[in-house]
Amino acid sequence: MDIHEYQAKDLLRGFGVGVPDGALAYSPEQAAYRARELGGERWIVKAQIHAGGRGKAGGVTLCASDHEIADAAAAMFGRRLVTHQTGPEGKGVYRVYVEVAVPFEREIYLGFVLDRTTQRVMIVASSQGGMEIEEISAKSPESIVRSTVEPAVGLREFQAREIAFALGIPGGLTQQMVRTLQGCYRAFRDLDATMVEINPLVITHDNRILALDAKMTFDTNALFRHPQIAELRDKSQEDPRESMAADRGLSYIGLKGNIGCIVNGAGLAMATMDTIKLAGGEPANFLDIGGGATPERVAKAFRLVTSDKNVQAILVNIFAGINRCDWVADGVVQALKAEPLDMPVVVRLAGTNVEEGLKILARSGLPIIRATSLMEAAERAVTAWKNDQSQNTQVRVAV
Amino acid sequence: MSILIDGTTKVIVQGITGRMAQFHTKEMIDYGTSVVGGVVPGKGGETVHGVPVFNTVKEAVAATGAEASLVFVPPPFAADSIMEAADGGIRYCVCITDGIPAQDMIQVKRYMLRYPRERRMVLTGPNCAGTISPGKAMLGIMPGHIYLKGHVGVVGRSGTLGYETAQQLKDLGIGVSTSVGIGGDPINGSSFRDILERFEEDPDTHVVCMIGEIGGPQEAEAAAYIQSTMTKPVVAYIAGLTAPKGRTMGHAGAIISAFGESASEKVEILSAAGVTVAENPSVIGATIARALAA
Repeated sequence: MDIHEYQAKDLLRGFGVGVPDGALAYSPEQAAYRARELGGERWIVKAQIHAGGRGKAGGVTLCASDHEIADAAAAMFGRRLVTHQTGPEGKGVYRVYVEVAVPFEREIYLGFVLDRTTQRVMIVASSQGGMEIEEISAKSPESIVRSTVEPAVGLREFQAREIAFALGIPGGLTQQMVRTLQGCYRAFRDLDATMVEINPLVITHDNRILALDAKMTFDTNALFRHPQIAELRDKSQEDPRESMAADRGLSYIGLKGNIGCIVNGAGLAMATMDTIKLAGGEPANFLDIGGGATPERVAKAFRLVTSDKNVQAILVNIFAGINRCDWVADGVVQALKAEPLDMPVVVRLAGTNVEEGLKILARSGLPIIRATSLMEAAERAVTAWKNDQSQNTQVRVAV
Repeated sequence: MSILIDGTTKVIVQGITGRMAQFHTKEMIDYGTSVVGGVVPGKGGETVHGVPVFNTVKEAVAATGAEASLVFVPPPFAADSIMEAADGGIRYCVCITDGIPAQDMIQVKRYMLRYPRERRMVLTGPNCAGTISPGKAMLGIMPGHIYLKGHVGVVGRSGTLGYETAQQLKDLGIGVSTSVGIGGDPINGSSFRDILERFEEDPDTHVVCMIGEIGGPQEAEAAAYIQSTMTKPVVAYIAGLTAPKGRTMGHAGAIISAFGESASEKVEILSAAGVTVAENPSVIGATIARALAA
C-alpha cells in the first residue's frame, strides 16, 4: 500500500528523521494561508499523488509569495498529473503540500528495500541523489553503497557509519547521518514497510540532514497490526475497479485489452492472460477469485469484469481442485441467468467432476462456448470476440 | 524414492481444529498420509478425525514421533507456529497460510539459522499448496487424485498451475515422483534451487519441471545451478508474460521490480542455461513427455 509524501514525512519525523517544515492544504487559499503560518521566504508547493516524477510533470513549483502559492496550487488541484509512473490516465491531485524551501549543498539517494536474495532488509544509498535509482545505476553504478541488516540486532551504528563515510558525509555530520539511517530502518521495521525511499536526502547550508522527498510502501499483509497505517489509504489514488475488488476480497488488476478473465489461482490467472495474448487477443484484466469458487463469488467476478467498458468477451478458466466443476458450472449459469450478458462467454473447466460441470453448462441453454484445454479456450475466446465485433459492425452499418 | 515425504513420514497438523484444516486433514488421511496428531494451544486432549490434539509441538513430537508438520494457522500467528515447529524437532514443515507479513518471514528465516545444518528444519511455503509424493503421502491441499505415481519431479510457485501440470501429465499417462509448492510469497522457506538439488539426488526423479512466474531472483538462481551442476533434464514454464511492471499479480511475490524479473527475461535466462521452456501452459505436459522420451 502506498501513502503520500506528506504522510511518509510525518511518520519518519516520528522516528527522528529530519524533514523541512511543511503543511497540507486542500485548497489554493489554504495553501497560501498555511505558508504564512509556516513563515519563511520561499516555499515549494507539491502535488500529493501516489507516483514519482512529479517535478517534470508540473507537480512541484517553487514560489516566493502568497499569490504565487495560490496560483501554483490552483493549477494543480483537480488536475490529473501524468508522470512516467502513473500511466497515461494519470493520478488526480486533491491535496497539495506546502513546504519551506531549504537551500542545500548536496543531494543523496537513500532507499530501504526488502531484498529477496538475502531475504533481509537492504539499504541502497548513493552520493548521486536527485536522480532515480535506475538512472544512478546506469550512469554511476560505482556510487552505489549496499548494506543488509541482520534482523536479530537491527541496523548497527558501525554499519550506519560505514554508509555515511562511503557517501562522503562530512565528519561533523556523521552522527546525524547515523540517526537518520537508524530512524529510517526503525520506521521500516516497526511499521512493516516494504520500501522507504528518500530522494533526495540533502545536506543543507546550515549543516542539517533533511529528507526533501519521502516515499513509503507498506506490506498489506501486515496492516492488521497497524490500524494507523491502514487509515492512510487514499482511494482517490487507486483504480476504482481495483478498489472495489480489493474491498470484496478479490485480487483484480485492470489492463488495456478487451477479453475479460475470471480465473482461480494467481499463477493460472497470469497463465490465462499470457495464453490469450498468444492466441492473438489482449487480456482486459488479471483476476484471481481464489480457491472456493462459490456461485456468489463467480457472480461478483462477472459484475466486476463487465464493469470495465472495454470488455467485449469473457474467458472463465477454473481448475477445480478442492472445489468441484459442477459447483463452479452452477455458479456460472446462475450468474449469467441473473444478469444476462451481451457478449461471448467461453468457459474452460478442468479437474474434479469436469464431465458433470460441462453437462450443466450444456443443459442451461445459455450460449456458453465450452473448451477443454487452456489454449483451446483462449483461441475460442479470441475467435468469438472477433466474430462478435464484425457482426456488431455489420449491424451498425445495416442500421 | 521421492523427496521430502514418503509413505512412512509421520505428520502433525498445526491449527488442526480450524474448518479448512479439518477438511484437509481428512483428505490427507484418506490419501494414506500418516497423520499422527495435531497442535492447537489450549485444545490438548481433544481429537480430530481420530487423531489426538496437543497443546504444543514438543508434546506432539514426544508422544507421536512426528517428523513433519503442516501449518494451517492464520497469518498473524503463522510465523510463531513455524518457529515452534523448528524448535520442537520437526524436520520438514509445509506452511499453507497465505498473507504472512514479509518481516515475520525474515524473522522465521533468521530463527531457523540458530540450529546446526543437520538439525535444521526444512520449510516449504508459505502461501503454497503443499507437497505430494503420489501413492505415498500428501502434505497439503491439492486434489490427490490428479497425480499419477512416476518419475517427474515438479516444483512451482503457483498451486493451480501445479494442478494444471499434474492433470496434463495424467492425461498423457505420465506420473510424478514428488510435486513441491514453494509458494507465491517474496520471502519463502525453500527456493527453486533448494528443491532442484533434492531432485538431482533422487534416483526416482528422471526429469524435473519447474513452474515459475514474474518477480524475484529465484528462477535466475535456479538457471545458474542447472547450468553448472544439474545432470537431469529440466523443463520450465514461466507465467506472467503479459503482466505489467510494478504491479503485484495476486501472489505477494509476483511483482516485477528489478532487471531480470520479468517473464520474458526469465525465459531467456533459463533457455540460455539449457532449460526447455514450454511456450504456453497448455503444452507443459507434452514438453515434459518429449524430455522423458529423449
